Amino acid sequence: MKQIGKRLLELCLFLFLLSIISFVFMKAAPGDPVRYMLNIDDVAISNEQIESLREELGFNDPVYIQYWNWLIRFFQFDLGDSFMTKQPVIEELASKIPATLTLTFSSMVVMMLIAVPLGTLAALYKNQWIDHASRIFALIGASVPSFWLGLLFIQFFSVELGVLPSMGSDGFFHLIMPSLTLGIAMAAVYVRLLRSSLLESLGQDFIRSARARGLSPKRIFIYHTFRHCLTPVITIFGVSLGSLLGGTVIIEVLFSYPGVGKLVVEAIIRRDYPIIQGYVLFMGLFVVIINLLVDLSYRYLNPEIRLKGADRQ
Amino acid sequence: MIHRSRARIAVIVTLAILAFILILAPYIAPFDPTQVKMEERLKPISMEHLLGTDHLGRDVFSRILTGAQTTVGASFLILFISLLVGVPFGLLSGYLGGKIDRIFMRIVDAFMTFPDYIVAIILSGFLGPGMFNLVLAIVMVKWVGYARLARSVVLTEKQKDYISMAKINGMSSLNILRRHMIPHVTGNVMVLATLDIGKIILMIASLSYIGLGAQPPAPEWGAMLNEAKGFFYNAPQLMLIPGLSIMMVVLIFNLLGDYLRDHFDVKNQKG
Repeated sequence: MKQIGKRLLELCLFLFLLSIISFVFMKAAPGDPVRYMLNIDDVAISNEQIESLREELGFNDPVYIQYWNWLIRFFQFDLGDSFMTKQPVIEELASKIPATLTLTFSSMVVMMLIAVPLGTLAALYKNQWIDHASRIFALIGASVPSFWLGLLFIQFFSVELGVLPSMGSDGFFHLIMPSLTLGIAMAAVYVRLLRSSLLESLGQDFIRSARARGLSPKRIFIYHTFRHCLTPVITIFGVSLGSLLGGTVIIEVLFSYPGVGKLVVEAIIRRDYPIIQGYVLFMGLFVVIINLLVDLSYRYLNPEIRLKGADRQ
Repeated sequence: MIHRSRARIAVIVTLAILAFILILAPYIAPFDPTQVKMEERLKPISMEHLLGTDHLGRDVFSRILTGAQTTVGASFLILFISLLVGVPFGLLSGYLGGKIDRIFMRIVDAFMTFPDYIVAIILSGFLGPGMFNLVLAIVMVKWVGYARLARSVVLTEKQKDYISMAKINGMSSLNILRRHMIPHVTGNVMVLATLDIGKIILMIASLSYIGLGAQPPAPEWGAMLNEAKGFFYNAPQLMLIPGLSIMMVVLIFNLLGDYLRDHFDVKNQKG
């Protein structure tokens, strides 16, 4: 418990640092958001207008005061308004987060559906055709740009066959292609990792002794091998959830899927600082929480770590 | 054994062809890759235009060739800078140890917590879209891995007897680093670097595709795919060609990386 408390404290410190870094970076970034904001109308603007908007947004205050004001508002769940839409950042993000999470988890389901059976079979039938097939799948999967795979899907399913919608998010059918694209790309990495960690645990002493005790191969596999290799698999699971979120950005833009990734890319191109900042903090929080959860699940799955942790205290 | 060496030769030959294309791209390219000819738009594959023309009548073959320079050239640049920053950092941190090492590890851990793509996207968000900024952003993602690898190699070597012997005999730290540490680090770093090249190429192409990298009209494979997406019906080859190019180049580097890993017999010691 003590360690969890320590981790939580670290988490807060980390987020605080992240907020400072993101704030400083924003201020140092090239490109004047005030000009971008006024330029959307394509009307000639005077320097006075620029100045008054600057004053209104508080851009003329010293940086540390700007940061302080921003921090106070942050604790009131107010991350400022988007420059472009004038909507509060927190609302913009909150309205897009469910779509991104849905995409992330459906991709994860696709990934699991491919990786777990293929990885298991590759380990059980080592150096047979299924193992070679999984190796080729992994090699090609690591070489194909995921967005191109998505483009190929669009070409085939939307343009040639006309069976699936190529953009937007309006129900189950809109999810199929984006999650297939992401899931397949991720599965390529996962298959080999699962295979090698399964093979490693198959060679362990306790597997041999279980076999000597006359347990059925099925039982050994489920209760001993699989459980043993869950630890590395869960680590990868945590890491891959992170890269899945990274991958969603590109896939969301590709399929015009209205999630946080698409939002932030548009914000970057238009220099909409508050949105970018909100995204950074949201991602920071999300990734750190996932790492914490992965850590906790280790303790649950691997008694060794639990005991070592207890020793130290 | 025979088919292994044959595969090796195949990889080397393709690499040589790739290097040839990279260096001579501007001379091989039959047309100016940025020249717009509206009357020649969306031409199919022909003898004149080997891979057809795009929506602005630009020669796709020429754009692929010069695009290779942008995409693959930038990846090598990124790799080179990452090595230049990461390896010395890791060497020193591991060798000196103590407080410096602890602070260093904290920085590295903070970077490692975040997935590569998120960091690169956020950094190019701070810096603004553009090829130069993209290179900078990816370097900031990638140097950490090399620093970490170099540090871990130094930490294992440092404990060995021959280093103590060298110290007793009065060898200077600089010489120990140069004579003993760097040769050990090189093999590991080379394997990681070859395996990384493919990832970097994919990253550049993906981020250019969503508009954060190369800006039009510069020919870049990811950006070309972005421009092609409006022409699914009229010219699907516009989408196939750059994608296949990316895939083949990345595949070659991945095969080479796998081969080097077996050759040097290093386990993936990123952790």
